[in-house]
Amino acid sequence: MTALLEVNDLVKRFPIPGSGKVVQAVNDVSLTIERGETLSLVGESGSGKTTIGRCVLGLIDPTAGQIRFDGRAMGRGRSIRARDLRGRIQLVFQEPAESLDPRMQMGETLAEPLRYLGMNRADREQRVREVAEHLGLSERMLALYPTELSAGLQQRVGIGRAIVTRPELIVLDEPTSALDPTARAEIVDLLIRLQGELGTAYLLISHDLSTVRFISHRVAVLYLGTIVEEAESERLFARPLHPYSIGLLASVLLPDPELKRSSSISLEGEIPSPIDLPPGCPLAGRCPFADARCHKERPPVVSVGPRHLVGCFHHDRVAALDQTIDQFARFQEESNRLLSVGAD
Amino acid sequence: MSTAVASRGPAGVGAADPAGSRWLRRLRFFAAVLRQRPTFAIGYAIVAVVIVTALLAPWIVPYGPMVADPTVYLLPPGRGHLLGTDGTGMDILSRVLYAPRVDLAIAGIGTLVSASIGSCIGAIVGYYEGQRSWRRAVSASVMRSADVLQAFPVFVFAIALVAVFGQSVRSIVVAIAFVNAPIYLRLMRTQVLSIRRLRYVEAAYVAGASDLSILARHVIPNAMAPVLAQLSVNIGWAVLLTAGLSFVGAGVVAPTPEWGSMIAMGFQNVVTGQWWPSVFPGIALGVTVFGFALVGASVEVLADPVRRRILSGSLG
Repeated sequence: MTALLEVNDLVKRFPIPGSGKVVQAVNDVSLTIERGETLSLVGESGSGKTTIGRCVLGLIDPTAGQIRFDGRAMGRGRSIRARDLRGRIQLVFQEPAESLDPRMQMGETLAEPLRYLGMNRADREQRVREVAEHLGLSERMLALYPTELSAGLQQRVGIGRAIVTRPELIVLDEPTSALDPTARAEIVDLLIRLQGELGTAYLLISHDLSTVRFISHRVAVLYLGTIVEEAESERLFARPLHPYSIGLLASVLLPDPELKRSSSISLEGEIPSPIDLPPGCPLAGRCPFADARCHKERPPVVSVGPRHLVGCFHHDRVAALDQTIDQFARFQEESNRLLSVGAD
Repeated sequence: MSTAVASRGPAGVGAADPAGSRWLRRLRFFAAVLRQRPTFAIGYAIVAVVIVTALLAPWIVPYGPMVADPTVYLLPPGRGHLLGTDGTGMDILSRVLYAPRVDLAIAGIGTLVSASIGSCIGAIVGYYEGQRSWRRAVSASVMRSADVLQAFPVFVFAIALVAVFGQSVRSIVVAIAFVNAPIYLRLMRTQVLSIRRLRYVEAAYVAGASDLSILARHVIPNAMAPVLAQLSVNIGWAVLLTAGLSFVGAGVVAPTPEWGSMIAMGFQNVVTGQWWPSVFPGIALGVTVFGFALVGASVEVLADPVRRRILSGSLG
């Protein structure tokens, strides 16, 4: 069976007007998502994760590379608005308030995507009622306007608008970042429940590692527009093999300040500018393992285990570090303990 | 009133309400707003009085607006002729009350025409601007044409248009529509430029909405607030423009009752001390323009859901 979404060697460059330079936002990213699966893209701001999401959604045109949905190529000539793609890929945004039309009642917002599927009024109302039930929204709330709802409820409606067409894939762009911890736990819970009931695949874009840890099947770590490591969620969090993944995961604020963090690897400096990237490993300037080769050649992505890919020359040296494991096991326990409040 | 507003909060009532009570609640909200902002109330009162006067003029005027009685020329304000008579013996009160029929009709139609044409073009230009393709060139040329139109002084431009199309009510309407259209074009374009990048527009795009449905269902409704406000202010300005054209003799022809031409007819008399033929229509004109400006300010607040929300919060 073909994968639901297949992205091959995606490149996106943004020219900077007047300077002749380009921002290399995404460099040769390949990924796949199976039906019903959650793949998370994690990375710092500017790592290109949102850009990848927007390319998948057809909101921007990739510079190069191919995106295939359900075995067929998307892009020029077959946009996201094509009749046979309508409603099959949906999205949820970071900013719940901005993502809802302030002049539409919630019921209208939920029904809107159905309009473009050519569904008649009675069917739309029926479907909206079903979705409202899924989301735990009362009939009354459907008549409210976005400014009358809390951020958590707005985000619920945003998710409702995404699932109303029964899509096969939803791109979730930082769906929990703008929410307070309680609302966040509820939304995470809702997303997991919906995936169980509807079998929707998620492309989750987030820097909120506790959310990522909790709902993804697989995680891809992005650094400067390149996937540096990709593995199943458990495995990546327990045993990251790329120095950047370790640095990123170590940056998580542990919920309990008593827990001592053993940062065996610390990344120096800031994320470099994605304009005119030097050859070699993009992390070379910040990595404690870096040697001359790292500055010259870009490390190939190699398989180091079942569905575990790493783009680092020195992943075996990283693997030899024992102490990292404890750190993430502890993180795992701690986040499980905290999140178990939300997940029955 | 504050309870009516508060009940629209997150836990509030919604769909179950019958339509009647929803309208009642809106009315109450409106009344509360007017109490909070008395200047808005003044604006609505002025506009209402002017419109009612225009509609009822034939029944409330004491004399015919175009009946000259040479035996009573230049009577000062007093009994019989409350605001006096002008140099040909026409009753000034009757003429002042009749004038908004002409002025408001010209200004209203001219402004509506310019707003619909201007904002439609502006919405399309804004929506497609910055895209690669021929649309970009079209956008740019439309905007530069608007620049050229706006570079002319409005009044001179209007006189020129009337001169070209001939002196008639229709050419004044055309002139008003023409000189105002770029305002709406720009206003709409700027609004659309920011709205088209908003998340809910992207959501509609991904859901498969055509450009036309995106424009009609999301972009234009959300861009309308400043346009509506501008509309009201502009009707006031258009009344002024109509009066101005008539004043210089390029607009409505005497003896049709019209504020501008009345001021023009009376201004020689001011020198000799008979101020009333000019001053009363002048006051009526000024108050009307002021009233429409106030209504414009209130529409800007009320038509914007966010500002409306802030206002209703301050009412509670």
